[in-house]
Amino acid sequence: MLAIVDYGVGNLFSLRCSLNSLGVEAALTSSAEVLRSADRIILPGVGAFGDASKKLRETGLFDELKAIAKSGKPILGICLGMQLLFEKSFEFGVHEGLGLIKGEVRPISEVIPSGYKIPHIGWNSLDFAPHPLFKYINNGDCVYFVHSFYGADSPDVIATTDYGARLTAAVARENVMGCQFHPEKSGRVGLAILKAFCEVKP
Amino acid sequence: MLRKRIIPCLDVKNGRVTKGVNFLANRDVADPIELAKFYSDCGADELVFYDITASAEGRTIFTDILKKAASTVFIPLTVGGGISSLDDFDRVLKCGADKVSVNSGAIADKTLIRRAAERYGSQCVVISADVKRQGGGYRVYGRGGRDDTGMGAREWIKFCVDEGAGEVVLNSMDADGVKNGFDTEMLNDVCSGLSVPVIASGGAGSAEDFVKLFKEVPFADAGLAASVFHYREVEIPDLKKILAESGVPVRM
Repeated sequence: MLAIVDYGVGNLFSLRCSLNSLGVEAALTSSAEVLRSADRIILPGVGAFGDASKKLRETGLFDELKAIAKSGKPILGICLGMQLLFEKSFEFGVHEGLGLIKGEVRPISEVIPSGYKIPHIGWNSLDFAPHPLFKYINNGDCVYFVHSFYGADSPDVIATTDYGARLTAAVARENVMGCQFHPEKSGRVGLAILKAFCEVKP
Repeated sequence: MLRKRIIPCLDVKNGRVTKGVNFLANRDVADPIELAKFYSDCGADELVFYDITASAEGRTIFTDILKKAASTVFIPLTVGGGISSLDDFDRVLKCGADKVSVNSGAIADKTLIRRAAERYGSQCVVISADVKRQGGGYRVYGRGGRDDTGMGAREWIKFCVDEGAGEVVLNSMDADGVKNGFDTEMLNDVCSGLSVPVIASGGAGSAEDFVKLFKEVPFADAGLAASVFHYREVEIPDLKKILAESGVPVRM
């Protein structure tokens, strides 16, 4: 069973539907017990880092996710969920992340040239190194992004996208993976990435 | 490189897709779910669902359709029509919408955009403006093009972006339904220099109109149209091929 962490952030309807369309049963849960018994976990997220990390702590899932990650269970963070995997974020202050991925979350305004709109919204292509997440897609395939912050200074980057600067599109460190884009909104390519995640062996 | 987006718009009334010509004479086209699936399979980059019913019953039919669409197609969905409160945002976001487009609701309540952006994030809030030439300037209209608000278009849109709108749809009432091309002049006059994505709406009649849009309005991020797609006068795969051959970056 796949568990989607429901900690009161963002809309999980589409994510669950996209997994269902792949024939994957997905449970929305805020229960540590359910997360511990799941085969794999998706950590979604929309909104601000500070608020989301506070909610994760309030629900007691912050430490739980760190412990589960150490057990080797596949975890995929999506969008803000990916950013939460990092060590810290500079979105409206400095906030501590889960520290499962090396690096920090910084505003894209620091690296993209002037004249580029913020947020980075829309379809952009992936430039990736081989990774099990990408086994069903091709380099250059497009996925859907919506973000103003990005994962910086990380040795765990496995895919980037070009928005006037190279922005982190996906990260991985052993069983912990994350994508900045929304696979559940990225059509055929996004579904192929979710399918690949569902096949990653613990 | 960010791709230019092609966005079919589905006006939904009583569970069916319709499209007005100059906002009049709506004509029945097709089943919204079937059409959404068709467009997604053809390579549409996003879909807009516009609820043009007024009744409570119509609203329920609409949200049912939205739920079905969101569980069938996995590309971004924007919903508009009759959005006037945070409860309306909530209602459609829970049914699978990714972005919510406000028009008259934002004109009637000037705090709506700020409150929605604070609660759901700017990426969720789209300001859609119906704009018409008047007295040498550009005027914003409300209530589906029926009310002259007296507001200048450039000022209104800038206000909305400052309040937190994360995307702008500029619908030219002068070009809408005429199929004579997007209103590139209005787009350049009203939307240049904005810090958020701009979606051009109204006037598309051929694939060449989209090429012209992206060439003449370099800051335009997307082209939105309804009837040319509904009546298959422009097929999206052909359109994307033509755009790519013209040097416009698109998702193939």
